[in-house]
Amino acid sequence: MQALVAAIAAVWVITGLGGLAAAGPGALDLEAVARRLAAPATQKATLGELAGSSDPAVERLLRALKDGALYSWKGRLVLLGDDGGLTDVAGRPVLDAAQQPAQLESGQEAVALEEAHFGLVQRILERFEVFGKDPAKRQSAAFKLGTSGDAAAIPILVRAVEGETHRDVRAAMEDALAKLRLRSPDPADRLGAVKQLGRRGSEAAVPQLQALVAEEADPAVKAAARTALQDIDRFVVQRNVVGYLFNGISLAAVLLIMSLGLAVTFGLMGIINMAHGEMLMIGSYTAYVVQEIFQARFAASQDYYFFVALPLAFLAAGLVGLVLELGVIRFLYGRPLETLIVTWGVGMILQQAARLYFGDQTSVNSPTWFRGGVEVLAGLIFPWSRIFIVGLALAALGALWVLLYRSYAGLKVRAVMQNRAMAACLGVSTRKVDAVTFALGTALAGVAGCALALIGTVDPEVGKTYIVDSFMVVVLGGVGKLVGMVVASFCIGLSNKLIEPAIGGTAAAVYAKVAVLLIVIWFLQWRPTGLFPQRGRAATETA
Amino acid sequence: MSAWSRREFLRGSLVAGTGLAAGIGFPKILTAQGREPIKVGILHSLSGTMAISEAPIKEVVLMAIGEINKAGGVLGRKVEPVVEDPASNWDLFAEKSKKLLLQDKVATVFGCWTSVSRKSVLPVFEKNNGLLFYPVQYEGEECSKNVIYTGATINQQATPGVDYLMSPEGGGKKKFYLLGSDYVYPRTTNKILRLYLTKVKKVPESAIAEEYTPFHHQDYQTIVGKIKSFSAAGDAAVINTINGDSNVPFFKELANQGVTADKTPTMSYSFAEVELQTLDVKPLVGHLASWNYFMSLKTPENLKWVKAYKEWAKAHNIPDKQAVTDDPMMHAYIHVHLWAKAVQKAESTEVDKVLKALEGLQIPSPVGPYKVDEKNHHTWKPVYIGKIREDGQFDVVWKTKSWVRPAPWSSVTYAGRDCDWSGDGKGSYDVVGGKRVWLSEKS
Repeated sequence: MQALVAAIAAVWVITGLGGLAAAGPGALDLEAVARRLAAPATQKATLGELAGSSDPAVERLLRALKDGALYSWKGRLVLLGDDGGLTDVAGRPVLDAAQQPAQLESGQEAVALEEAHFGLVQRILERFEVFGKDPAKRQSAAFKLGTSGDAAAIPILVRAVEGETHRDVRAAMEDALAKLRLRSPDPADRLGAVKQLGRRGSEAAVPQLQALVAEEADPAVKAAARTALQDIDRFVVQRNVVGYLFNGISLAAVLLIMSLGLAVTFGLMGIINMAHGEMLMIGSYTAYVVQEIFQARFAASQDYYFFVALPLAFLAAGLVGLVLELGVIRFLYGRPLETLIVTWGVGMILQQAARLYFGDQTSVNSPTWFRGGVEVLAGLIFPWSRIFIVGLALAALGALWVLLYRSYAGLKVRAVMQNRAMAACLGVSTRKVDAVTFALGTALAGVAGCALALIGTVDPEVGKTYIVDSFMVVVLGGVGKLVGMVVASFCIGLSNKLIEPAIGGTAAAVYAKVAVLLIVIWFLQWRPTGLFPQRGRAATETA
Repeated sequence: MSAWSRREFLRGSLVAGTGLAAGIGFPKILTAQGREPIKVGILHSLSGTMAISEAPIKEVVLMAIGEINKAGGVLGRKVEPVVEDPASNWDLFAEKSKKLLLQDKVATVFGCWTSVSRKSVLPVFEKNNGLLFYPVQYEGEECSKNVIYTGATINQQATPGVDYLMSPEGGGKKKFYLLGSDYVYPRTTNKILRLYLTKVKKVPESAIAEEYTPFHHQDYQTIVGKIKSFSAAGDAAVINTINGDSNVPFFKELANQGVTADKTPTMSYSFAEVELQTLDVKPLVGHLASWNYFMSLKTPENLKWVKAYKEWAKAHNIPDKQAVTDDPMMHAYIHVHLWAKAVQKAESTEVDKVLKALEGLQIPSPVGPYKVDEKNHHTWKPVYIGKIREDGQFDVVWKTKSWVRPAPWSSVTYAGRDCDWSGDGKGSYDVVGGKRVWLSEKS
């Protein structure tokens, strides 16, 4: 076993060094190469020789040939730059007899690249991208070389891996190398590649491995390829389960953050606020407006707009909630049906107002640090924006809990909600408490709207998408219970995200929602008061 | 204002028309100044969910009418637009079209965007023998006598998009994930694409996935996860027919989960420059779209048209950011001029005569020559593939060599079915045993 590994390592080193030697700076007479490239008879053969090169001068030369910027000037070959200046094949500026920058005579024709060799030059040039500056480009170039099945790219990748410092790019290059070596004539080489791919759980290599299983003559390699495929399969299944769980938790966090406010207004106070979705919308539009202001005024610190928007969304939605309570809802306590209809109307007014003012599609640009995500397993990325929403949901939940159960203000709120008359007797201003509590609920919706703008749209109907789910969470959890709501969010989120991939067909997203809805209906038939039923009187009963 | 080919050809056709009429024409035009204007209807949603896409269409139609009037009108009469707002409400489309045809007695209507709105006005136009110009790409399988379809048919947008993806420059893709909103356009398009892929392109069924989400769907986590697995080997592409706002969460999720355009490109058929101006473009950069027109085209006609529209927008208080042109706007602008040229040629606004004059009618356009088919009421135009840029515009990466023939019925779904309204043609027909069998006469 060890001997085998050593042998493979030796082969790697040798092929690698072989590649290096061929492209060593001293070994290449650029001028002669350029001359042979320029001659139609030797063009193809020369291109073949350059196929394994990683010399930047060769890249420059080939690019010039492809772009028609390679010219013959006074018996030597020169490259025409974008600025119109001429350089020789080594990149030095060309001077004429008067020591002035040389100029091409007008009407001169560039060295022709035969149509038939265009693709070959393109392929060779693509190989150079693995030495580029941008890691993302290097990674994608490595991936392309890996799937190209082009054995000539092996020495280049070997060299690229040696110089690579970026962890992900290096992994991609090693994968690409292994994929190319699956076609190596040496069985030991193939075996090493198969094992490496299996170990890494490289999903990208599945088609190549399957082809290998079908074609391979060497029994050891064939068996190893089978095992590798099984390993990859097992890894993919495990990875998917982790992915589904994360998706579930992330959806749960979305549900949690958008229902927190409702837990206060509906759960604690018993007000059916159909305009709750529009409070969320106000939060989203706050994020949008703040972003536009930053774009116009403070373009340099644009990324920070979000941290200004978040508290502002809290205040804006809270303010609208306060006005709504003082202007409408306080006259309707104890009349849930009227409240429902009136708040629904208010919601429609707010929706149309947003449509008239902002138009139909606006969108919030995530700050740069919320773009992309962290790769937890090969091929599984947790997006930062979703991680942030999970964190924010938990933080908001914690803050609400402390406020309600560990502060004097929260004590007053709970007192009023549990026994309004007694609280009033003890000198609590129940009117004021009602107004502030309602405003708190809508303010939380504003925060949710601001956060959800990171992953979704900002449009007048955004509230509609969330309002039904929010009510479902609060009702399932047991009206008035924070812990119930947390458990309900996680139940709905996880079951939705575990059911969705299990459903086949062309509309899994809809069926998963329907399935969850059916489960919730069935559960509420069985336990109408939800997971954690409230004991005691709600605000409506004592108002 | 632009005084380009539009006015020139109008003048040209005026001269030609008068030349033919030999002396009768000129006095006619001179005396016509006092005659009452020709009314035309504009039926596009200016409020509701479709307003974002349809309102700019109304603007270009008005702009084209303005140009025609400036050049002396049609048949020496001014053209007067009657603008109705059906408010994104399908029933209202039918009501408003009835009002335009019966009460205002308009010569033609420029209107509709969604297929459902077109289907809802269709009976009204057919019953009252009206004329509708429809500017949007659609799923085909329709060929009404009373409609001129200027937008792309499937073979002028969707199948060339697939051809490009499978070509070496498109990445030689072998697997396709068809993702769309759940309504008629994506379902029909994907039905045809699936047949096209399996029958014509010999792609195995196992290499095609199909999925739909409801309107306003927000959560694409699971779907993007599936796409990621589907495309792990780097040989797959996504065909996107998602409509409107759902594109935002979809592309955000794609970018966040590391699905990149150079490895797994997404080819979109449902959004163009107008919609892009309102999206967060960064996650979309590098992805593809297939249309008959892009604002970034460098033809001299297009540069003139874009400049003219920007001036129009400025004069009509449209914010500079929204003053972009796109594919449906180009078709809408061109079909107003097509109608005017046909009326001029027919010397009448009567629907049957105008339809006759439209057969094979050619016109210069921002995408070069543009032609109404001799028979099937659709139009010939080139197809472009564009790559989305940071500024919400497209880089053209591929185009067809010349214009593409419109095929309202795709040959993979209905072999031998076509449409003919010329001469004695009675619309759609099947070829059975070498003979035409009209659909309208089939029991």
